[in-house]
Amino acid sequence: MKYETQKVAYPFFIAALLLFAGQVSFGLLAGAVYVWPDFFADFMPFHIMRMSHTNLLLVWLLIGFFGATYYLLPEEAETEIHSPMIAYIQLGIFVFAGAAALISYQFGIHEGREFLEQPLWIKILLTISFLMFLYNGTRTLMAGRKTAISIVLLLGLWLAAIFWLFAFYNPANLSLDKMYWWYVVHIWVEGVWGLIMASLLAYLLIKLTGVDREIIEKWLYVIVGLVLFSGLLGTGHHYYWIGTPGYWQPIGSFFSALEVVPLFAMVAFAFYMFWRGNRNHPNKSAILWTLGCTVMAFFGAGVWGFMHTLSWVNYYSHGTQVTAAHGHLAFYGAYVMLNLAIITFAMPQLRGKRPYNQIRNMWSFWLMTGGMAFMTFTLTFAGVIQTHLQRVMDIRYMVAQDDLTLFYAMRFGSGVIVVIGALLFLWATLGKPREQVPTGATHIATDAA
Amino acid sequence: MIEGLSRNAARNIFFGGSIFFFVLFVALTLHSHYYIVTESTDHDGLTEQVRMGKHVWEKESCINCHSLLGEGAYFAPELGNVWLRYGGDEDPEAARQGLKSWIRLQPLGVPGRRQMPSYKHLTEEELDALVEFLRWTSTIDTQGWPPTISG
Repeated sequence: MKYETQKVAYPFFIAALLLFAGQVSFGLLAGAVYVWPDFFADFMPFHIMRMSHTNLLLVWLLIGFFGATYYLLPEEAETEIHSPMIAYIQLGIFVFAGAAALISYQFGIHEGREFLEQPLWIKILLTISFLMFLYNGTRTLMAGRKTAISIVLLLGLWLAAIFWLFAFYNPANLSLDKMYWWYVVHIWVEGVWGLIMASLLAYLLIKLTGVDREIIEKWLYVIVGLVLFSGLLGTGHHYYWIGTPGYWQPIGSFFSALEVVPLFAMVAFAFYMFWRGNRNHPNKSAILWTLGCTVMAFFGAGVWGFMHTLSWVNYYSHGTQVTAAHGHLAFYGAYVMLNLAIITFAMPQLRGKRPYNQIRNMWSFWLMTGGMAFMTFTLTFAGVIQTHLQRVMDIRYMVAQDDLTLFYAMRFGSGVIVVIGALLFLWATLGKPREQVPTGATHIATDAA
Repeated sequence: MIEGLSRNAARNIFFGGSIFFFVLFVALTLHSHYYIVTESTDHDGLTEQVRMGKHVWEKESCINCHSLLGEGAYFAPELGNVWLRYGGDEDPEAARQGLKSWIRLQPLGVPGRRQMPSYKHLTEEELDALVEFLRWTSTIDTQGWPPTISG
């Protein structure tokens, strides 16, 4: 670690990981309700479990992005963070707001739009914290070297904050409400978060492979271009059936089908750079997460997204377990794995160690990734059958659900594996470090890299 | 392909192309906004009662179990067309009473069945508003979705 203030990232990563553990725990509870419908019914209703699950996900991913930014920005800009104090206060506000939302949900205090359930004052706190982060990051960037990685990363984060403002706009007309709601939800995860993802990947690839920045940054611009060229009009795949005009069907189908292209480009990018690079980096588990992230994002967001994105397919599959299958693997592959890759890479330096607990970390990779893949398969089967029963044979929802019990049971089982994997990851990264570096690896872990 | 491209050219394509597609996207959503207000929804029919019903829908976070026009939690039935499923287009009064009494009946407490929580705290006025919101929603022109009345 070259710069003292990179340490700012440490509490961000710890907070992110603890909230991650909470997120998967609520997921497991909700998964249990599918199998044992009476489970917890009086104690905690399903809708509270679900909003806790999704909100914790968003909060910890964002905290992870903030931490990643603070970690890499000094190296990229070749200067210290503008104000570590602002960073710590900003983290405190964000964690407080996230925890306050979580607690208030347990008492039935929430707003009612999906993913935007946070009470108004909590939304305002999140916004303030986000703006403090952007101020801090932008001041740091302005003071130093401006690389493509840091420019694209901060652009992505700025745009995320700007589109978040649509969370405050809730028109009475449901169709308008839904149309602008997607300005937050879709433009985040299939638009500007793509900028964050690609730039963090580019940073990891420079560090892990040693390939020239010039080449990596060219790829970065090509990929983020493809993300936005396809992703912006790709929003159209949410505008098929909500009262928006019919032209969104061809537009949404065409552009969202193209969303596969940047995701594939990221796979090619990562593997090509490792093939080309000559650095034998000792942090093998960070390499595994980096490559795994691009592959699982391609399958989860790309392939599983494409599966139901064409309007004439979506007409039947819209709002079934097919969507749930895609949602789980896309978030896991693209954003969860990305954060875990950065954390796996940065933690040894933040703790002043050579890479440690690598075997345990890699076990957690395979458990979580295997579990998520299996969960996605079971939900896909459930969704296909549900689509046929409900949308073709016109069988009522509750009746059709009875035929899906087997898949929900298997989904719960895979959820248990994911939780075990997640806890193992926490143990590997936060627990007592035992240095594990393969023989012959380059000795660069404790210095600049 | 990528060998012949310089980093600066890639950057310019990224910024130029993104701005182009962003402007196009905003223009299309503005048109869609106009279309929603004038054609596909009963915008003038957004009475105080419908607004209140939407507020009740949100206050209870129905979306985190049900889906509405296919968006939501997929844990409970689609409600965008529930008004029609209850025959509201033929006999509005019966549909209204049917929906209200169904909500009042919760929780059913049937063993092994997914449980809808109790909504006994909702007033008569709130229940009427909620049902009116669901009726209003059923009038949205959704391009023929869902394919079946089962939702």
